[in-house]
Amino acid sequence: MMRPELVCPAGTPAALKSAVDAGADCVYVGFRDETNARNFPGLNFSRKELGEAIAYAHAKGAKVLVAINTFPRAGQPELWHRAVDDAARLEADAVILADIGLIEYAARSHPGLRLHLSVQAAASNPDAIAFYAGRYGVKRVVLPRVLTVSEIAAINARIAPVETEVFVFGGLCVMAEGRCALSSYATGQSPNMNGVCSPAGEVRYTETHEGVTSELGGFTINKFSRTEPAGYPTLCKGRFIARDKASYLFEEPTSLNTLTILPDLIKAGVTAFKIEGRQRGRAYVAAVVQAFRQGVDAVMAGRPLPDIDLDRITEGGKQTTGAYEKAWR
Amino acid sequence: MTSSSPKLTLGPVLFNWKPEALRDFYFRMADEADVDTIHVGEVVCSKRTPFFDPFIPEVVERVAASGKQVVLSSLALIMTDRELAQARDLAASDILVEANDISVAALMGGRPFVAGPLLNIYNEGTLASLEAMGAARICLPAELSADAVATLAAGAKAEIEVQAFGRLPLAISARCYAARARNLSKDGCQYVCADDPDGMDVETLDEVPFLAVNGTQTMSYHHMDLLGSVAGLADSGISRFRLWPQTFDMVRVAELFRAVLAGRMAADEAEAALVPLCPGAEFANGYIHGKAGHLFIDTD
Repeated sequence: MMRPELVCPAGTPAALKSAVDAGADCVYVGFRDETNARNFPGLNFSRKELGEAIAYAHAKGAKVLVAINTFPRAGQPELWHRAVDDAARLEADAVILADIGLIEYAARSHPGLRLHLSVQAAASNPDAIAFYAGRYGVKRVVLPRVLTVSEIAAINARIAPVETEVFVFGGLCVMAEGRCALSSYATGQSPNMNGVCSPAGEVRYTETHEGVTSELGGFTINKFSRTEPAGYPTLCKGRFIARDKASYLFEEPTSLNTLTILPDLIKAGVTAFKIEGRQRGRAYVAAVVQAFRQGVDAVMAGRPLPDIDLDRITEGGKQTTGAYEKAWR
Repeated sequence: MTSSSPKLTLGPVLFNWKPEALRDFYFRMADEADVDTIHVGEVVCSKRTPFFDPFIPEVVERVAASGKQVVLSSLALIMTDRELAQARDLAASDILVEANDISVAALMGGRPFVAGPLLNIYNEGTLASLEAMGAARICLPAELSADAVATLAAGAKAEIEVQAFGRLPLAISARCYAARARNLSKDGCQYVCADDPDGMDVETLDEVPFLAVNGTQTMSYHHMDLLGSVAGLADSGISRFRLWPQTFDMVRVAELFRAVLAGRMAADEAEAALVPLCPGAEFANGYIHGKAGHLFIDTD
């Protein structure tokens, strides 16, 4: 069995240090602009911070991957091209890209730069992966969170030596990533165009006598009683009415947690395990990285999985193994 | 590329209509609708394909006999070996294919194809890459503004198409929400998506209409209506407009778009005529104005 790399999120230089110190093999980051899919206020790296972060990580034997995974605006590709150029100049270990035109630019301008395909490209089958690998030399593909473990194993058997990376923990898109415009339908801003989903500037909480109503772009996403904590109104985790029944139609407020199925994912031949959450703080990053470090090390050593409780840092205290198990569909 | 008279495309029926009803719909469109191109094929869920597949040859024949162009549209989300095998068969067809997943575009091996609206073509770099792969026509994503589509059309060699009518496909998932709304699993779905031939309405807890569910696809509640924008978009180099089929009288919907594009009818007059053709529908055009997709911006 191949020992998978642990790929950890960092929204700030402090989080990057926490991730590296907690045992991350790789850390992924973004520049402080709309070139990455976590374009949130107060988050991400300046060029100078990225240079320092790469030096820190490399000194400790960890890699830094730079996510440039939104879709360049028509007529204005310069911001995205510069992000790729700067990641290459600062000696990032790889860039994580979603847009075909940007991948082509990177492959042409920086032939030595390692290319990873972002989950936002939603390459969900061997032919799609072969396209990116064959045409542009993409070395690793982050798989969309729509596949079962057995489908992932089948893909790995067909695409070697191209590597796969899968999400193992954190926020969970229920739609095929990069192929969802729900956020812009409600707010005008989307992951693909603006690097944000359900943007904070469009969120409103209103007190009522029953409790709290959360809104996004003027649409009610959920209502909470006085005893329930009012969660963030991520559009696809809201409560809606269909067929005269109110429910979490798309998905409950929940976090992906694959600790219990790590052995299956390792057997499926996955090269790297990715933890979501560049928007989360250092404590989250450290706790999750440590848990998965212990989990992966235990599986590789043939020991039983450690029983680690991550409830307190999951969304709504709920956890799911998501699409990895077929029943989720 | 600019062309003197913009063309109209009837997109593939995205919903799960009964096979005979779907065949009859296509027959009528072939015989009566003033559109240039008709798309056929299952885009949303591979579980539906066995039912309509036997009818496709006669539909293709009828469309071709009418002098209209026929295009076979691919699935949007291809995950299983069976779905990939279907995509390979499609790519080997003699009929023009619309790729809605990048794997299908790659399978074309450089032969001409239509790049569908469910591919992510947001900028000139990607547009040029798709053209190099053989995309002769490119239907752009719904999110793009008029400025963005004009920028893309200005540098394109391919024909550029913009979605102009109907509920917009906004997201695709491995999970089926039509089944989930009835506490069914996708495997045991009983094909309940067929209960909602225009999609299942989704409202907020305040009963404000918001979205629509078509099996694994999530769509807009509002119907896109670009009658007020098509003439301007045509002037900026958009050479085709796509009408997504709904259960409304699509022959008459197409007539309105044709009349506006030909300068025979004012946009506001056509918009007034569209309302009674689409009972109960609410309209939106926000995306083309660079705003939230659900908004309707009055262009008068």
